[in-house]
Amino acid sequence: MEQFTGRVWVLGDDIDTDIIIPTEYLAMKTIDDMKQYGFSPLRPELAAQIREGDIIVAGKNFGCGSSREQAPEVIKALGIRCILAKSFARIFFRNSINNGLLLIEQPDLYDDMKEGDTITVTVNQDVDYQGKTYPIASLPENLVEIINAGGLVRAMRRRNGLDQD
Amino acid sequence: MGMTIAEKIIARAAGVDTVKAGDIHTVNLDRMMSNDGTTHLTVDMYHNKLNHPHIADTKKMVFIVDHNVPADNPKTAASQKKMRDFAREHNIDFWEGKGVCHQIMMEHYVCPGELIFGADSHTCTYGALGAFGTGVGCTDLLYGMVTGTSWVLVPETIKCNLTGRLPEGVYPRDLMLTIIGTIGANGANYQVMEFCGEGAKTLSVNDRMVLCNLSVEVGAKTAIFEADEIALEYLKARGREPKAVFRSDADASYVKEYTFDLSEIQPVAAKPDFVDAVVPAKEVCGVHIDEAFLGSCNNGRIDELRVGAAIVKGRKVSDHVRFLVVPASQEVYLQALEEGLIATFMESGAIVMNPNCSVCWGSCQGVIGENEVLISTGTRNFKGRAGHPSSKVYLGSAATVAASAVKGEICTADML
Repeated sequence: MEQFTGRVWVLGDDIDTDIIIPTEYLAMKTIDDMKQYGFSPLRPELAAQIREGDIIVAGKNFGCGSSREQAPEVIKALGIRCILAKSFARIFFRNSINNGLLLIEQPDLYDDMKEGDTITVTVNQDVDYQGKTYPIASLPENLVEIINAGGLVRAMRRRNGLDQD
Repeated sequence: MGMTIAEKIIARAAGVDTVKAGDIHTVNLDRMMSNDGTTHLTVDMYHNKLNHPHIADTKKMVFIVDHNVPADNPKTAASQKKMRDFAREHNIDFWEGKGVCHQIMMEHYVCPGELIFGADSHTCTYGALGAFGTGVGCTDLLYGMVTGTSWVLVPETIKCNLTGRLPEGVYPRDLMLTIIGTIGANGANYQVMEFCGEGAKTLSVNDRMVLCNLSVEVGAKTAIFEADEIALEYLKARGREPKAVFRSDADASYVKEYTFDLSEIQPVAAKPDFVDAVVPAKEVCGVHIDEAFLGSCNNGRIDELRVGAAIVKGRKVSDHVRFLVVPASQEVYLQALEEGLIATFMESGAIVMNPNCSVCWGSCQGVIGENEVLISTGTRNFKGRAGHPSSKVYLGSAATVAASAVKGEICTADML
């Protein structure tokens, strides 16, 4: 079972895609250009502090709003390993899976979580936070296939025999 | 077990007899729409990530430039050129500057019974004609364009019974904002809102678009009305035929039911920075504003322009307010010209703009600066949505926006 440990950033309820990447930066040429502005309306200092392998824990309705796919791409480019939230908005959910960004619903962790602490995630099983275990559901198989391939386009290529493992 | 309208549309698109909520199906898409928000990304992926790219059916594709039109800087000009060139090369229907994408789709494409993906969150608007329209990202759009198919998780349906009739001076936008305030910003997450009941019969296709369009603001996958005689008349007037007219079965399964009495709805406003922070408009009266916006895929049609023009007629926009009026399409614009509404707006001091998304998406036109306040008929009031992160957006009806533009502070039309 895939397992990883990471430092946590805690964000609130209703983190919308305009907060994740504001409209004014969408015209930039690459996601790497944009990523420094990730979450800037809410926490301008955050993007520079995120390190590879960090985890976001948030409240309800993460990713609501615009369908801009740059939102999960920016989060992934910042190095975020996965997002655990009480719930996700559906377009953001699809876009994240399609870009190989792991999202996990967990109803209780957010209420207990303190920013800066670390958690250990065992995919399709549970989260461990300071010895307390928080169960998580298994993702449907078709979504796991997409995430593991690194996104929908690569999953499609792999399925069609264009990419070899 | 019977099926809802949404389930019947998915079953038809999946080529199966029945579906139920929670099933995952591969579906044939009837149509796909993409705008200049992300089409350049889809085109890049098409060229750079696929070995033998092709388009399953170019006749199903529609590309619309509406977010930054005309282009406001060299970067958006380059993105749009990429989109324009691709559309020409592949013989894809291409619209530029003719209107906001969802308005164009409703005027020219959407038919009852269709399953439509759009790379824009407000694609849910198409339920006003009994179609299943839903927003996706550019990767889903690419997959649909190349394969003609996609996967859908069949959503649960929420039944929204509408009773009564809206009072004078109260609009579908007040109704939908009230519904959003009642059920919350994720109150329908991944679900379908089905609007029905006698109250639905009092609403035109325009009115229904206002309701369906904002359903994504409660997280809904889409919202839908039965394609009744009102919808079919709209369709016929535009020379189109329905794909299929579905009604929900009497024994269809609903996850939840709400009833909204239209006669009890009052003018409301959504306060910054959340769409569900909805209060009676009277509660925010007196808030100083710097800009007012009448337009968007939610509220920029002829009905709303008539309402706004009637309020500013013979009055002047406050000298500290920029009042932006943006018809949702050229068809709407021409109609407004013919009715003298554009002259009325201009005489009042409003700035009338070309059809586009304008300040509703915080780019191109009318962006607001540090600590400025906007009252808007747009779709969202998120933090920084209309410009500077410290700026504030209130959402209200066309009547409230126009009245506020005159007064220079938020007020309802009856307070002028």
